[in-house]
Amino acid sequence: MSAIAEPLPSPPVPVLARLARPRFALALLLLIWVPLVAYVMFGRELGPYRSYVLIPAIPAALLLYAVAARTWRESTIAVAGLTLVFFWILLAVSAPYLPLLDPNKPVAPFVTPFTERNGIFFWLGTDMRGRDLLARTIWGCQRVLVWGITATAAAYLVGTMLGLIAGYRGGWRDEVVSFVGNVLLSFPVMVLFILILNYLGQSGFNIVIAVTFSSAPAIMRIVRGLALDVKSRDYIHAAQVRGERPLRIMLVELLPNVRGPLIVDACLRLGYTTVAITTLTFLGLGLQPPDPDWGLMIKEASTTALVFKFSYMLVVPALSVSSLILGFNLMADGLREMSLRD
Amino acid sequence: MDQALDRPHPSAESGPIVPVLECRNLSVSYYTRAGEVPAVTDFNLRLMPGEAHGLVGESGCGKSTVALAIMQYLGGNGRIVGGEILFDGRDLAKMKAEDLRRIRGAEIAMVYQEPMASLNPSMTVGAQLAEVLLYHDRLSRPTALERARAMLESVRVPDPDRIMAAYPHQISGGQQQRVVIAMALLSNPKLLVLDEPTTALDVTIEAGIVELIREIGAAHGTSIIYISHNLGLILETCDWVTVMYAGEAVEVGPVGELFDAIRHPYTRGLFASIPLPSADKISRPLVPIPGQLPLPYDRPRGCNFGPRCEFFIAGSCDSGPIPMLPVWNAEHRRSRCIRIDEIDWERPPAPPALQAAPPPGDILLKVEDLSKHYELEGGFLAGGGRTVKANESLTFDAREAETVAIVGESGCGKSTFAKVLTGLETATDGSIRLGDVELGAVPIEKRDARTVAALQMVFQNPFDTLNPSHSVGSQIARVIRKFGVERDEAKVRQRVDALLDMVKLPRAFARRKPRQLSGGQKQRVGIARAFAGNPRMVIADEPVSALDVSVQAAVTELLMDIQREHRTTLIFISHDLSIVRYLADRILVMYLGRIMEQGRTEEIFAPPYHPYTEALLSAVPVADTRIEKRKVVLSGDLPSPSDPPAGCPFSTRCPYAIPGTCDVVPPPVFEPSPGHRILCHLAPETLMAMKPVMSEREPETRAASGSS
Amino acid sequence: MLKLILRRLAQMMLIMVAVSLILFGVFDSPKFKRQLAVNELGGFAVQTLSPADYQAWLERKGLNVPFAERYWKWLTGIARGDFGRSFQKSADVGPLLGRALLNTGKLALCVFVIMIPLALVTGVMAGIREGSFQDRSISFLAVLFTSIPEIATAIFLTVIFALWLGWFPAKSRGDGLEFLVLPALTLVLYDFGYVARLTRASVAEVMQSQYVRTAILKGLPYRRVVIRHVLRNALIAPFTVIVLQLNWILSGVVVVEVFFQYNGFGKLLLDAALFGDLYVVQAATLAAVLVAVLSQLISDIGYVLLNPRIRFG
Repeated sequence: MSAIAEPLPSPPVPVLARLARPRFALALLLLIWVPLVAYVMFGRELGPYRSYVLIPAIPAALLLYAVAARTWRESTIAVAGLTLVFFWILLAVSAPYLPLLDPNKPVAPFVTPFTERNGIFFWLGTDMRGRDLLARTIWGCQRVLVWGITATAAAYLVGTMLGLIAGYRGGWRDEVVSFVGNVLLSFPVMVLFILILNYLGQSGFNIVIAVTFSSAPAIMRIVRGLALDVKSRDYIHAAQVRGERPLRIMLVELLPNVRGPLIVDACLRLGYTTVAITTLTFLGLGLQPPDPDWGLMIKEASTTALVFKFSYMLVVPALSVSSLILGFNLMADGLREMSLRD
Repeated sequence: MDQALDRPHPSAESGPIVPVLECRNLSVSYYTRAGEVPAVTDFNLRLMPGEAHGLVGESGCGKSTVALAIMQYLGGNGRIVGGEILFDGRDLAKMKAEDLRRIRGAEIAMVYQEPMASLNPSMTVGAQLAEVLLYHDRLSRPTALERARAMLESVRVPDPDRIMAAYPHQISGGQQQRVVIAMALLSNPKLLVLDEPTTALDVTIEAGIVELIREIGAAHGTSIIYISHNLGLILETCDWVTVMYAGEAVEVGPVGELFDAIRHPYTRGLFASIPLPSADKISRPLVPIPGQLPLPYDRPRGCNFGPRCEFFIAGSCDSGPIPMLPVWNAEHRRSRCIRIDEIDWERPPAPPALQAAPPPGDILLKVEDLSKHYELEGGFLAGGGRTVKANESLTFDAREAETVAIVGESGCGKSTFAKVLTGLETATDGSIRLGDVELGAVPIEKRDARTVAALQMVFQNPFDTLNPSHSVGSQIARVIRKFGVERDEAKVRQRVDALLDMVKLPRAFARRKPRQLSGGQKQRVGIARAFAGNPRMVIADEPVSALDVSVQAAVTELLMDIQREHRTTLIFISHDLSIVRYLADRILVMYLGRIMEQGRTEEIFAPPYHPYTEALLSAVPVADTRIEKRKVVLSGDLPSPSDPPAGCPFSTRCPYAIPGTCDVVPPPVFEPSPGHRILCHLAPETLMAMKPVMSEREPETRAASGSS
Repeated sequence: MLKLILRRLAQMMLIMVAVSLILFGVFDSPKFKRQLAVNELGGFAVQTLSPADYQAWLERKGLNVPFAERYWKWLTGIARGDFGRSFQKSADVGPLLGRALLNTGKLALCVFVIMIPLALVTGVMAGIREGSFQDRSISFLAVLFTSIPEIATAIFLTVIFALWLGWFPAKSRGDGLEFLVLPALTLVLYDFGYVARLTRASVAEVMQSQYVRTAILKGLPYRRVVIRHVLRNALIAPFTVIVLQLNWILSGVVVVEVFFQYNGFGKLLLDAALFGDLYVVQAATLAAVLVAVLSQLISDIGYVLLNPRIRFG
């Protein structure tokens, strides 16, 4: 009997691994996201503090990258995706501190990439109004990321809660939630976006609402399915038998155990949301000019840059958005692959 | 190499008969991210025509890998790293793919553990059977279908025409396994590999399949490799047996001979940890094997069993690889133990100190006429639903410190009863009283904290019982706080430590996540959690059925120790009559929602029996050559719980059924002695005249047994 | 099985009713009604419309009657084929929408004809040898293509094939087949990756299943195992998803049609939405949801038919 008691060997835990706990990762993520939101959405309210607010986000982004890269080191794909995503996140948080030209100030129009004009070297050239494309791309990334992450988080909050209720509680709650979900899911996504933004008006906050309406039903379905599966596990029965409240069972006993598939889905969905925001701006329904945004850059260039020589104005934002989404998708793929392995 | 070659075989002396199958020094490894993981090392086996050879061992011992290596189906990451597998003298590993294809399914066929998963869900049974003949024997389609039908008939599938046209999901598990066996036999193979063919089936269904397997050997002269974790099944089906441990064969010999004279400490440990009819919780308790199976890449030097062996001697057992040594200089009996001649094999395993059975106290639980019906969902546009009577007029009681076992096969309603008792479901009718509190129609939300705390549960699946996201300690502590046993944080922590001590786990485990624990350890934590709130009654739903036998013994003993000490009432739900016989004071035998028989353990295991109890007793495989069983094989399947027979639920399968009475009129109660109740139409004289199912053989006939 | 289809049909009707209620509710709101009044009364700004004029207008249009009555009138109008008039194009919505849907239908047909065989073949090739070079390269291409949003694909294709090589027109304002190439290719590239990945996963899962092991150990030839045992089961999931792609494509066409200036459903819807042409938006949305719900129904029925476990459940 004593041999059973022999503990399995537990290796010493290095610092990075210790930080890999969900709680720390979440804290770091918040440390990046909250300043970004404050900077982009509430810049005016911040007044003179605006120029400092992003400073803590830079080390947080670097640390989170190091922790995540270490945790996922077994999957090259995941690390590749992570690197792409953090490349953009890092640019987004450090944009105010980089030596960039004013993204909205015309300097010299139609300068092709890698050429010098007026004593300034333009890495990515300038657009038809003479604004620096490098600056516009980096500042645009900031807007896309902030609204993308915020909208996805909002959709997740709503979708997860409804999914847990529908899956765990079942009964009439499930009927109602599932029916509303089915109604919303039967709209083609873009049609739903157009409808909602047309009704609410065009702004970043309304994009968050539109994304929530279109994504939350899909998230709800996933969570509902996972909850139905986990619900029949003995540890849930154990909690029920000791008389725990449904809310506690849902949040404490159930939710942590469906984390894995949800993180994978969240990565994919961050990609979809990025696509949606870019596309909506391109269609003239999303974020408003003049502040730079990838969709807006494409929209403006698509009417004026239809010559091969000036196609860089289209290609630069298109490549940027593709690489960011590729990053999210590779991350999702790598995580899924790792979860299937063990 | 030489060791295998110079190993003569009793039947090899009679002439140049080529073995059907011969494994010589076979080693198989899997290649994973962690590197090479040896699954089987230095494995030898020789199977002559018409013989059945059993491979027995606990999970992870490599027995299934041997089967897959024989089939040359090790997947992308498995590889034969040494030795050879000769089938009819030809090495299977060196064969071309096309030759291998011709042999598979035609000369070597396999039967799998999960029949449902092994059949293609989108093809009819007939098409899947005929396929074998279409490609191996080049028969025309109508001939192939005709032959397939005939084969189904010969494996005694009822209504073969219907089955031929059915999809796999439309037939029962027992029928599915018969279909898989028929598929294997279609091309009249020389060798049949059976990998745990009855593990997924109920015990009375299992008995029918075992009967069929024995007939196959006799009728077709097919050689059989039978893989099982169940020693009793091996005894019933095989001529030879190889016991495996940690990727190695540790003992081999004719079944009867080996069972009667064990010559390896591991085999000895296995036998001491299974509840044979001779075991008794007071006088001859189970003796678990200490320690854990070594991990495949972390095996000890020398004898793999060394660290867990009571006869281990440092310096000799761990000095180098141990070969298979002959026992009594008889070449056909071998054991991988270098101390064969030094150990006193007759000495029984050390029995722990005798513990007196605690006298049962007052009645704690009183169940009266309890019924639980479910409305099957008819749903939208479907019209009225049907009713499933999951529990029907259950009446029994349980006393303080008593162990009451509920036995039955799947669908008998034993788990539903647990749900009603714990308040996850409410009773349709009747009452449950715990002490003086009525529970029957009270769902868990409406029960007061004391009642909830008084009634806790130990669950079946060790991989599911603990929440994988929280540490062991926090899960136990939650119960302590929830039931207000302790409130002060330091005291809570003390109590967690005390509970871990109680289930014999180190205190450091409190900080572990469940995935860092083995199955047996998780089940111990599950027990600690159940007892954390000082319950008066614990319901254990198949608490050990998912564990390996050596671990089962340890967990069973632990559960009983704690129960005795706390004078807790234990409701033990199980499908396994052997374990129930071992630990229960009283037994309820359930079938399709009803209690068919109840009484004290010795009353259940002796005549008069309910016909169903009799069949159950006969179906349980017993790994003891001294025990002789009367065969009672039931025909047919369990009726669907949503459509039970009108009269006695057992009437459709009962060998004694009286037509016109049993199938129409609900059976009356016969009470041969106070508290022993049998629900049956048979005349009391008929029941009283029943002969025992198990009896001890006369000593002189023992030698011939086993290898029948 | 009939029961299942009937239940699905009933669900679909319920969804359509709910969607029409939402649509009507949204566009019947004061905000849109005022906008409509302004448009009808002659294009001045919304603020300058006097409340009295607005009330008179409501009266004239019969918009003061209760909601249920107006909703019923609107529904019966649609049933008669009267979708209202477009302000922007001064034409009946019915024929306008019909023409747009026809154009989009052509585009979708092209997409399906190319995408389905491409995605299924590559998906099966990847899934059948999981982990091989073939699998890894196909999988990588599939991720790559699903990662490039339609808008970016459209740009890359335009830059390469229209601006640089000059093979195809950059804008699709015409009827010839050459105008369809770039929009169709854009949609194909995006969708193909998704369907191929799904097919791959499904095939790979079935390849690991125990019944495929049974088939191999039965000694069947490899071709037979793949065709009869693997594909038959592995293609059920991709089939249902391919039908659902119709819904997906209705989303994708908005961007593609706007970018390539192709006169289809998506462009019609967006133009109308930006202009506030609400009868067009209403009709187009209703049509899109109908297509989506129908494709869901076909997908469900197909799933049931392909899956004996449910067909004879």
